[in-house]
Amino acid sequence: MKQLKGTSLFVKALKEEGVDTVFGYPGGMVTDIFDELYKEDGIEVILPRHEQALIHEADGYARSTGKVGVCLVTSGPGAANTVTGIATAYYDSVPLVCFSGQVPLHLIGNDAFQEVDIIGMTRGICKFGMILKNREDLGRVIKEAFYIARTGKPGPVVIDLPKNLMVEMGSAEYPKEVNIRGYKPSTGVHIGQLKKAMGLLWKAKKPLMLIGGGVNIARAGALLTQFVEETKIPVVTTIMGKGAIDTDHPYYIGNLGMHGEYAANMAVSECDVLYSIGTRFSDRVTSKISEFAKNAQIVHIDIDSAAISKNIKVDIPIVADAGEALAAMLKYNKRCDTDEWMEIIRGWKAEHPLGMKPARGVCPETVIEYINKTFKESIVVTDVGQHQMWTTQYLELTKGKQLLTSGGMGTMGYGLPAAIGAKLGNPDKPVICISGDGGMQMNIQEMATAVAHELPVIICIMNNGYLGMVRQIQELFYSRHYSSVCTCWRKGCDTKCGGPSSKCPPYSTDFVKLAEAYDAMGIRVEKEEEIAPAFEKAMQNTKGPTIIEFIIDRKDMVYPIVQGGKPLTDMILE
Amino acid sequence: MKKRWISLYVENYSGVLAKVAGLFSAKAYNLDSLTVGATEDPTVSRMTIGVISDDATFEQIKKQLNRCVEVIKVIDFTSIPIHRNELLYIKVACPAKEDREEIFRIAQAFGAAVIDCDMENVLLQCVQTEQRNDSLIALIRDNFKDIEVVRGGSVAIESISMM
Ligand SMILES: Cc1ncc(C[n+]2csc(CCOP(=O)(O)OP(=O)(O)O)c2C)c(N)n1
Ligand SMILES: [Mg+2]
Repeated sequence: MKQLKGTSLFVKALKEEGVDTVFGYPGGMVTDIFDELYKEDGIEVILPRHEQALIHEADGYARSTGKVGVCLVTSGPGAANTVTGIATAYYDSVPLVCFSGQVPLHLIGNDAFQEVDIIGMTRGICKFGMILKNREDLGRVIKEAFYIARTGKPGPVVIDLPKNLMVEMGSAEYPKEVNIRGYKPSTGVHIGQLKKAMGLLWKAKKPLMLIGGGVNIARAGALLTQFVEETKIPVVTTIMGKGAIDTDHPYYIGNLGMHGEYAANMAVSECDVLYSIGTRFSDRVTSKISEFAKNAQIVHIDIDSAAISKNIKVDIPIVADAGEALAAMLKYNKRCDTDEWMEIIRGWKAEHPLGMKPARGVCPETVIEYINKTFKESIVVTDVGQHQMWTTQYLELTKGKQLLTSGGMGTMGYGLPAAIGAKLGNPDKPVICISGDGGMQMNIQEMATAVAHELPVIICIMNNGYLGMVRQIQELFYSRHYSSVCTCWRKGCDTKCGGPSSKCPPYSTDFVKLAEAYDAMGIRVEKEEEIAPAFEKAMQNTKGPTIIEFIIDRKDMVYPIVQGGKPLTDMILE
Repeated sequence: MKKRWISLYVENYSGVLAKVAGLFSAKAYNLDSLTVGATEDPTVSRMTIGVISDDATFEQIKKQLNRCVEVIKVIDFTSIPIHRNELLYIKVACPAKEDREEIFRIAQAFGAAVIDCDMENVLLQCVQTEQRNDSLIALIRDNFKDIEVVRGGSVAIESISMM
């Protein structure tokens, strides 16, 4: 029998899985693996500047390509730094395989240098995790890791690799088949249930589709669009579901939820049948549960049976992949008479359309509109905060466009690295990152990665000099106690500051100079007429990233907003 | 809120107990008792779990367990005839002769065995449902000051004949 070193089998396994990109950060316990990767030409190893960002990069790569993102970090601090990234991927169902180095087996439990129990630390935030205990299991464990990560409801898998096993000789076999007795992702659709569900739709006067991220993950947007066109049933989406149907489609209403559109929140509250696919009904979507869709019978289709009836009671549960379910639905559909219902919805739209009030500084909505009309096929990635919510409100998503955002975890610092990962996976598509002055600083070091790989990502920083999302909550619900939200704050400022004034110190990071320090291009935009020239300059910079810092009104708000615990109809509109 | 029983077949490797126990603590499920041991197949362990929950949470618990890669099978014992017992040890300090005789009588009434004793202490072993063990403990606690209780948690198996 042919024998291979653990590291060689590792690389062979990656190649058999079709991996061409690994996001890796070296260290003592993975040096053997890096040495093997050094000899391998078919796999590009990307060196980020922090392991949290490393995971977000693999995450952006995976979300935008549909492939499994592969991560490799060292033991101890390297592994510990991945935790936020893994949780972020888990909450948005992103397929990753994260390999961590580990101290040799005989040292585990000794509190050895750089020994942490990463499997224990990530147990609640990954789809599956295990530590390799025998060299002979290496091939099977890697095979299973990829299989678990990408099938069913996708998610991150963590595999801990003790150093001694990776240098041990052993079987050269990489298995072809997987058989995990405790893991059989559901396939097929229960047609009886499906027909019952659709029966409800045909009887409904005010039917509504609620589309979550599951439809995007299944890449089933075209099926959804066909279904909607044939049935004439209007659609609302969660943030993660946005783009499943073109946002300019006549039957698309908008996002629902905490910052959802007025018409969308009204439609959910008034509909008589809510037909939901691929959503877990998180609290940001439903707000007060007892008031959520309270006139409706609810159908819930999800690949994860545990997502069904977890947060809301449903009338017809169907466990199925969104794509398979939609394909089956197309066989039984018929045209519904929704003209009157659409009339009501259009009334709501006209009553309270989305839109930002003119304010001082550059208007974020105008920036996003510029992006809408300029970049046809593109990937927009956000960080977390007000700028994220504006993006989810104003970004148009039509065929060929994609939005990547940290929906489940809302992880600040996600934007820049995820955009880098998306660009690596889609070199021919424009990638635009929309970030805040707060979140940008959480993984700013990744500018170095983008520069090193000559990635022309356009990074738009909406600088309001505030952790704006929190400031907004304080303005509305905490008597304007602006506690720890001002990013311009300097020693000497009034600690009980009641809001911005002419005496405020300037924002204390010069993002233009910072861009230059990284050997990137930096542009500051303070007036509306500077928006287009700034983007034009950025588009000409094809050899590296460009930061465009937009100085926006410090007091801009995200509207509508539903206060936590209030019914969705309780929107503060301005 | 109701006490319910489930049984799990799980992979027998390290970390699986932590995974299952961690699920209960992370999601704030009310775990009442959990036992685990290897089965006739050394690669498979079986757990018997008692939880106190409402109907909806119980459904969630089963689904969440099913979702774990390490969990091979979840069996809901709610409407299945089973045998279920718990091992209980009670050590009772009873230096007076009449007290010892009282303990022997109680043991007999409850089907508990006296497995060890000297002139000061009696050690009872009782293999019963956890409710019966509860009653035995309550009775002894009411009558004796100095007692020591160790309980093993319940184990259960489906019955052969329909009971
Ligand atoms: C890692 C992390 N820490 C804290 C938060 C809480 N949080 C959510 S939005 C936000 C403010 C973000 O500020 P900024 O990046 O400037 O964006 P803005 O809201 O101003 O657009 C904070 C602190 C978070 N989501 N993630
Ligand atoms: Mg800000």
